[in-house]
Amino acid sequence: MEENVVLTARGITMTFPGVKALEDVDFTLRRGEIHALMGENGAGKSTLIKCLTGINDFEAGEIHIAGIDGPVKNHSTRDAQNVGISTVYQEVNLCPNLSVAENLFIGREPMTAFHTIDRKSYNKRSQKIMDDLGISVDVTQNLENYSLAIQQMVAIARAVDMDCKVLILDEPTSSLDDEEVEKLFVLMRRLRDQGVGIIFVTHFLEQVYAVCDRITVLRDGHFVGEYPIAELPRVKLVAAMMGKNLDDLEEIGKEHENTAEDKLEISAKGLSHTGTVKPFDLDIHKGEVVGVAGLLGSGRSELARAIYGADKANTGSLEVDGKSVKINQPIDAMNLGMGMLPDDRKAEGIIQDLSVRENMILALQAKQGMFKPLSRAKQEELVDEYIKVLQVKTASKETLVKQLSGGNQQKVILGRWLITQPDFLILDEPTRGIDVGTKAEIQKLILKLAGEGKSILFISSEISEMLRTCSRMAIMRDGEKVNELDHDLTQESVMKAIAGGEQNND
Amino acid sequence: MKKRSSLNGHTILLFITIGLFIVLYAGGCIAYGSKGFTHLQTFLNILITNAGLICVACGLTVVMLTAGIDISVGALIAMDCMMLAVGMRSGIGAVPMMLLVLLVGIAFGAFQGFMIGYLGIQPFIVTMAGMFFCRGMTAVICTDQVSITKEINETFYNLANMKINIPFGGYTNKKGMYMVPYIRVTVVVALLVLVIVYLMLRYTKFGRSLYAVGGNAQSAAMMGLNVKSIRMRAHMLCSVLASIGGICYCLNTMAGSVSQALGLEMDAISSAVIGGTLLTGGVGNVFGSFFGVLINGTISSIVKTNGKLASSWPNILTAILLFVFIVIQSIFAAVRNRRK
Repeated sequence: MEENVVLTARGITMTFPGVKALEDVDFTLRRGEIHALMGENGAGKSTLIKCLTGINDFEAGEIHIAGIDGPVKNHSTRDAQNVGISTVYQEVNLCPNLSVAENLFIGREPMTAFHTIDRKSYNKRSQKIMDDLGISVDVTQNLENYSLAIQQMVAIARAVDMDCKVLILDEPTSSLDDEEVEKLFVLMRRLRDQGVGIIFVTHFLEQVYAVCDRITVLRDGHFVGEYPIAELPRVKLVAAMMGKNLDDLEEIGKEHENTAEDKLEISAKGLSHTGTVKPFDLDIHKGEVVGVAGLLGSGRSELARAIYGADKANTGSLEVDGKSVKINQPIDAMNLGMGMLPDDRKAEGIIQDLSVRENMILALQAKQGMFKPLSRAKQEELVDEYIKVLQVKTASKETLVKQLSGGNQQKVILGRWLITQPDFLILDEPTRGIDVGTKAEIQKLILKLAGEGKSILFISSEISEMLRTCSRMAIMRDGEKVNELDHDLTQESVMKAIAGGEQNND
Repeated sequence: MKKRSSLNGHTILLFITIGLFIVLYAGGCIAYGSKGFTHLQTFLNILITNAGLICVACGLTVVMLTAGIDISVGALIAMDCMMLAVGMRSGIGAVPMMLLVLLVGIAFGAFQGFMIGYLGIQPFIVTMAGMFFCRGMTAVICTDQVSITKEINETFYNLANMKINIPFGGYTNKKGMYMVPYIRVTVVVALLVLVIVYLMLRYTKFGRSLYAVGGNAQSAAMMGLNVKSIRMRAHMLCSVLASIGGICYCLNTMAGSVSQALGLEMDAISSAVIGGTLLTGGVGNVFGSFFGVLINGTISSIVKTNGKLASSWPNILTAILLFVFIVIQSIFAAVRNRRK
């Protein structure tokens, strides 16, 4: 083992039913470094972490830890703690109803001569631990009395006090504000200087460049590379995560006319949802297709959900068709002529055990209210019409939706919204997981709808697809709308906007 | 830095409970002082009547801390009483029978705890099955009401009728006789149980683990606690305490019968809830449950002293109290969430 290395993972392979979550992944952590583990959602970051901490049983590969002969295989988080690997998760894994000191010592309390727990002694020791780490808390207070950031730090303090050599921080900053993040970084640097190896998993690019020494990138369960931070500017990091090679990005021409009218359909000002998307402004004209680009988890879907009322907006105002409106829940949005195709069509979109007809009339029925049932004849008429328009390939309109292919399922949901005659449609990843031919059809349909004067918010991971359909693109990064591009839309300009951070451009 | 005073929501709840008890009791004294409500014996009678319930409420507090529940305790007590009555009728001594009842409690609790802790079955379902089983077994042992008389077992009879006098607080009755206030053995047992469980919850590893499991079971597991074993032991402890409560109950009623202690589990649960124990786990204190029992007892006592009110009034008052307390609890929870 190389000097200074505390942990190496070699050739880690892990399969979940039907998916190869990790394939031949390498990872190396050195003493006293903060090492970012990067990748889009689903790249395998969490799976790798779980292999290290013993939650997942990997199939092939070896993990070595400094000071331990032979490969290490953990079967529980307890095993992992015993070999010096501790993890702090996004959601704090402590007990809010116990005191800070108890949270630090539970399970390993000092005992008195009477076999009772020695409160005095552990309160004193806890206070010293927290003081040493520069965290000012009263350890006898219940944990729930403190902010999430402090709770996070208590979790870290517990891990560190248990002599960990490897500290894994899995998205610790997701629910912290900027000031709290800064405090956490101070603590991380202090621990690094004490020689702890820290694995930092985050999707905030800024934070990676603020605190990390080295980056390992994963994509689709594969190891992409390990880079010292100075050698991987932001754009290259994004390219590595998305699997695009910047050098051979071809120019994709627009294949469409700009159908946008002058009149505004949607105008959002300062809309936000705490914890998912920071305040943003967004205007969408009638007949316009606006794209939302960003890495997975950058707040693309959350932006749409805030407009649609799926996550009720905490701040800001929304105008629809020039009128100020208040949307508390999706039904309000539907009554205003909106429709939303969610990205997770299995969980949020189709209802597997209902027929094509039932799935398609669902939104219209909900909009009408359940006491005004649509007549069967009317239902059939509508469904027939949209099966034809969308060219849904189904045996009959009474076929169960689960028997349809993914692309046709997607068309059924699209049909569900088109039946309600929306003025504004949100399409979140409408083409994910469907074949190329159907993708092209859906893209054409989007342009056709825009031509009819409907406004569309289009979210997709495929930049090329958005370039083909959108006349304007909002760029999301770390839950914030950071940019809006309306001319010179190319793959490269969009990628650069997603990566951000001019100072890191080479 | 966000910080609250040490007087947090849970402590306030406990104070509300204690305060309510004082108000109720004082109200009783003012309204029925002439009927002897002010005598110390009235209070002691509440303790005597509810000694068994205090033990059971302590046990339920323990399982409720782990976010569990045990609705088998009432039926278990009926079975305990029937075992004691029938066992002693057939000539077995009082002490062996009481030990047997405790052993049955341990075994029964261990089985239920195993199903809940290790097999991960809902506590409600497991203990509901336990409830049916015990109620059924009671009838299998004997379908008649079996009284324990002096002839059947003198030791048990004497134990039940033993008065422990209190050296103060006596009064002279209308006939001019000085009445010395007294308690029964069962009260001593119940108060001992209360203090021991309180100390256990506060000062032992097991006690703190109960709070941790109820606070966040997943976190507790991550922090290296054996959640399954803790759940199992909590349910065992509950059944053992219920069995101790069963013996106390039997010493009060001196009989075994199929319909005994019907709904006692609900009295215990409502006492714990009024005492500030959250059904969601992690928050609670046996002293709260103790005061919960006292509040229920005071209400019954007031209704009884009044003499004209229908005996169903305590139920209605308990219902209102429960409702009020649950609303207060959710207000506290809402305030805490907003703070975050």
